[in-house]
Amino acid sequence: MDVILFLIFAIIAVVCGINVVVQTHPISSALSLIGVMGSLAVLYLLLGAEFIAMAQVIVYAGAIMVLFIFVIMLLNAGAEAKRGRSLVAQLLGMPLLVAFLALVSYFIQRLYPATTLVQFGAFKGGTAQNVGRALFTQYLLPFEVTSVLILIAILGAIVLARKELE
Amino acid sequence: MNGVPLTWYLILSAVLFSLGVAGFLFRKNIITVFMSIELMLNAVNLTFVAFSYQLKQVNGHLFAFFVMVVAAAEAAVGLAIILTVYKNRSTLNIDEVNSMKN
Repeated sequence: MDVILFLIFAIIAVVCGINVVVQTHPISSALSLIGVMGSLAVLYLLLGAEFIAMAQVIVYAGAIMVLFIFVIMLLNAGAEAKRGRSLVAQLLGMPLLVAFLALVSYFIQRLYPATTLVQFGAFKGGTAQNVGRALFTQYLLPFEVTSVLILIAILGAIVLARKELE
Repeated sequence: MNGVPLTWYLILSAVLFSLGVAGFLFRKNIITVFMSIELMLNAVNLTFVAFSYQLKQVNGHLFAFFVMVVAAAEAAVGLAIILTVYKNRSTLNIDEVNSMKN
């Protein structure tokens, strides 16, 4: 069951990820990216990260992507013009990418022998309770600094996006 | 087989990160380039959560949480910058935004 779920959502994530890169229209890329984020949320659940999965759906697939789609609609961004690629890139691009990924997979397999099997429900440390406790004790200072970061980001976004005063 | 090897998660993360890098390098639309960055951040989050599972600790989840927060702030500021660039130059093509180049 775990293997089937992993394979289904990993394939969805990879296909949507390829779609993000190859689609010419930004809105298609954005919708594919939402597919990647949704399937990654399911994979987080399989890894026992309940809180992160929910935050992924709410923050990433909800807030951030709505912001992206809003900007795409606002700027009325059209399809990207096709560019002629060189013959070398057309012929060698795909095989080199596949070779690179095969090499990376080989090294990951060699560095981390497959002793750890991920089973759903084996790790129960990712609940909101546990994450919250660690966040407000061990990671209290980073959490507070984060609030300053967000304040600066809000101010920066307002300053950048406002109309220039005469 | 009962359960998925952890390496599969790491390989999936590497594949998604490579796709993000490819999109970052090859696309010309500034919004798509920005979305490729988000794809890379997501891939890194998957690695954090996978290692958190292996070590049976919650710390990786917190790193993923902070990455999300930074990504949200980055998206707000980045999209404001995109709006300003479009307002000043009426283009979204990153090849035409080159005033710092020469």
